[in-house]
Amino acid sequence: MLPDLTAAVALLALTAYVVLGGADFGAGFWDLTAGGAQRGAPVRAMIKRAMSPVWEANHVWLIFLLVVLWTGFPEAFGSITSTLAIPLFVAALGIVLRGGAFALKGEAATIAEARALGATFALASVIVPFFLGAAAGAIAAGEVPVGNARGDEWSSWTQSTSILVGALAVAAGAHLAAVFLGADSRRAGETELVHAFRVRALGSGVVAGALAIAGLLVVRSDVPGLYDDLTSGAGLACVLASGAAGLVTLWLEWRERFELARYTAAAAVGAIVAGWAVAQEPYLLPPDLTVHEAAAPDATLVALLVATGLGMLILIPALTWLFRLALSGRLVYEDKPRP
Amino acid sequence: MIDGVLGGPVDQDYLLQARQMQAMSFAVHIPLVCFGIAFPAMVLFLEGLWLRTGDPLYRALAKRWSKAMLILFAVGVVTGTILSFEMGLLWPEFMATFADVFGLAFLIEGYSFFIEAIFIAIYVYGWERLSPRTHIAAGVPMVLAGITGSLMVISVNGWMNHPTGFSIRNGEVVDVKPLAALFNDNLWHELVHMYLAGFIVAGFLVAGVYAFGWLRGRRDRHHRIGLVVALSVAALAAPAQLLVGDWAARTVAERQPVKLAAFEGLEETTKGAPFSLPGGIEIPKLLSLLAFHDPNATVTGLDSVPEDDRPPTDIVKLSFRLMVFIGSGLAALGAWFAWLWWRRGRLPRSLWFYRALVAAGPAALVALIAGWVTTEVGRQPWVVYHVMRTESAVTGASGIPVGFAALGLVYLGLATVAFVMLRRLSRPPLEVGS
Repeated sequence: MLPDLTAAVALLALTAYVVLGGADFGAGFWDLTAGGAQRGAPVRAMIKRAMSPVWEANHVWLIFLLVVLWTGFPEAFGSITSTLAIPLFVAALGIVLRGGAFALKGEAATIAEARALGATFALASVIVPFFLGAAAGAIAAGEVPVGNARGDEWSSWTQSTSILVGALAVAAGAHLAAVFLGADSRRAGETELVHAFRVRALGSGVVAGALAIAGLLVVRSDVPGLYDDLTSGAGLACVLASGAAGLVTLWLEWRERFELARYTAAAAVGAIVAGWAVAQEPYLLPPDLTVHEAAAPDATLVALLVATGLGMLILIPALTWLFRLALSGRLVYEDKPRP
Repeated sequence: MIDGVLGGPVDQDYLLQARQMQAMSFAVHIPLVCFGIAFPAMVLFLEGLWLRTGDPLYRALAKRWSKAMLILFAVGVVTGTILSFEMGLLWPEFMATFADVFGLAFLIEGYSFFIEAIFIAIYVYGWERLSPRTHIAAGVPMVLAGITGSLMVISVNGWMNHPTGFSIRNGEVVDVKPLAALFNDNLWHELVHMYLAGFIVAGFLVAGVYAFGWLRGRRDRHHRIGLVVALSVAALAAPAQLLVGDWAARTVAERQPVKLAAFEGLEETTKGAPFSLPGGIEIPKLLSLLAFHDPNATVTGLDSVPEDDRPPTDIVKLSFRLMVFIGSGLAALGAWFAWLWWRRGRLPRSLWFYRALVAAGPAALVALIAGWVTTEVGRQPWVVYHVMRTESAVTGASGIPVGFAALGLVYLGLATVAFVMLRRLSRPPLEVGS
């Protein structure tokens, strides 16, 4: 019971990070592909405006996930970080470059500076989800044995499941970002941007869906056990739910109902994460280490769960307030004081 | 002693590089923590002055500082993330074996970090469209979370130096008591020491910026207020730090006698131990007096443990002295200002004061890092004091030198750009609304 609850907390943090943090990385993808300095300026300005007040809070979900993992499942954490040191370190470097460049590019004084920082921000925004996704794919594929760097440091995360999950992470983030930014643009009354992000949301939605299906096919040949669990019982339910939510999102985008699309897009992505967890259950590190075997002693889990519960009582109202203020356009930095 | 649950020590040719990489990452992050501790309180103080007096200059200055605060926070977020990753990437055996003992602290730190991120964003982006009362109220959680966050990280460090809340049976960690680990005996003195250090570093660095302007003739009211607010914080904290330092040293003398011996390079256990100054001068019995408040107390020497169990004395000794020397100088500088301000109600006139102030910020940074080197290198060769050796904790993965170099380059770039941008932010004249 306690280990399962702890795993549920980790899953919640992971889902929140994939949806909220993923959308911020996706915004970086659209920044990267927005075109030249002139043509891409409106898209980039919208991204900056939407991301600035929330990206740090969204990023903290990753830290929260790491902490729950190492406190609740220390043995698994040490095994993961030692075998998957390369993709995780590249992702960590990418996080520094992405966050640093985003925070500092607002002060850029010349076009060249803005370009260099913008490019760093945008490129790193693609690198981070890819490598984190590849690391997740390695765990799903059963490439992480228990032990200090016991798995292969390269082949563990360069197999096809990892590559596909990495690509899916990039595409899903881009899709979420386009949906969110489209809704934000509508709220801001930027008609042309609404159109631009709608096209992007539709396109990236199709790509993400195709990658998800391709992922299933790869898993079928490479990790048959996982495939069986994804295509039966609760795993199948998640896969179908994700597909359905994805289709509804595309329909909502088509009908220009952007606010609702935010939630269905998040559900489509969240259901993939949940499906992975359900399919892997009872294993934390397949094929050997179960959630129960990996769990910390009860005293630690009780402390962790109580602290998590109490913390959420503060966190949820605070986050709600932040998102409300941000979505209603009340969090905008203006250099000149208003008269 | 314990080897760990992942299978015990591995061959790792680059243990020293792993330690240096970790040290570099801390050295980059810790100055930003100082700003996380002190800057929100300073900004809120200025905003409070504005609300009380209605003088728009206070508001304009608070707003500008808040923007610098946000940039420093963002850089702190990403460099802090590196630390979270490195815990696992460099020391997987340490985490696998002990994270269930001390992890609770990081969970609370995680929440603090959330609250800080949320309210810093609301505060900095809410200047124009929130009511003044709501705005300053949003600043309060930001200050509190800065305190609880550092409290929790310090708790883990205190625990590594004085591990409690578990037992070892047959080489395994059992009887885990997370709360006992969280509230370990080292927590309070380390917390107060670091908290004051935060105010000293941030205060002197910000004051130094204005002192630099002062020396170049920028002495308007804006510069005067910026200087006085930042300097007041540092001037009060720096002398108090001497007392806290004494408390910390006595705790080390009691609980980690070998570390204290390394502070002073004391080879042999000595009754009435002298304090040696650079140049070979010895003051009789002073070390015993300082460490135990008793001139005839016996101070444990390095020879009390085998050579393998001693920290690298030269580094510890040098960094300890650097910290004490700079800390004393900063206390004197702070006292100079505090005395004049209190008795005469004015700033010092001597240009040397402002020159010293420009140097004080970077010097405080050096003292801060030296202090952490003192305690962390002084902890060696243990990652968990007297329980797990650092060499047992290290990863078996290859490529540490490559990672070290890559991170070093990224940090160099980040530091350069951040410095240029912050400098640019401080340049234009303040836009004061009505």
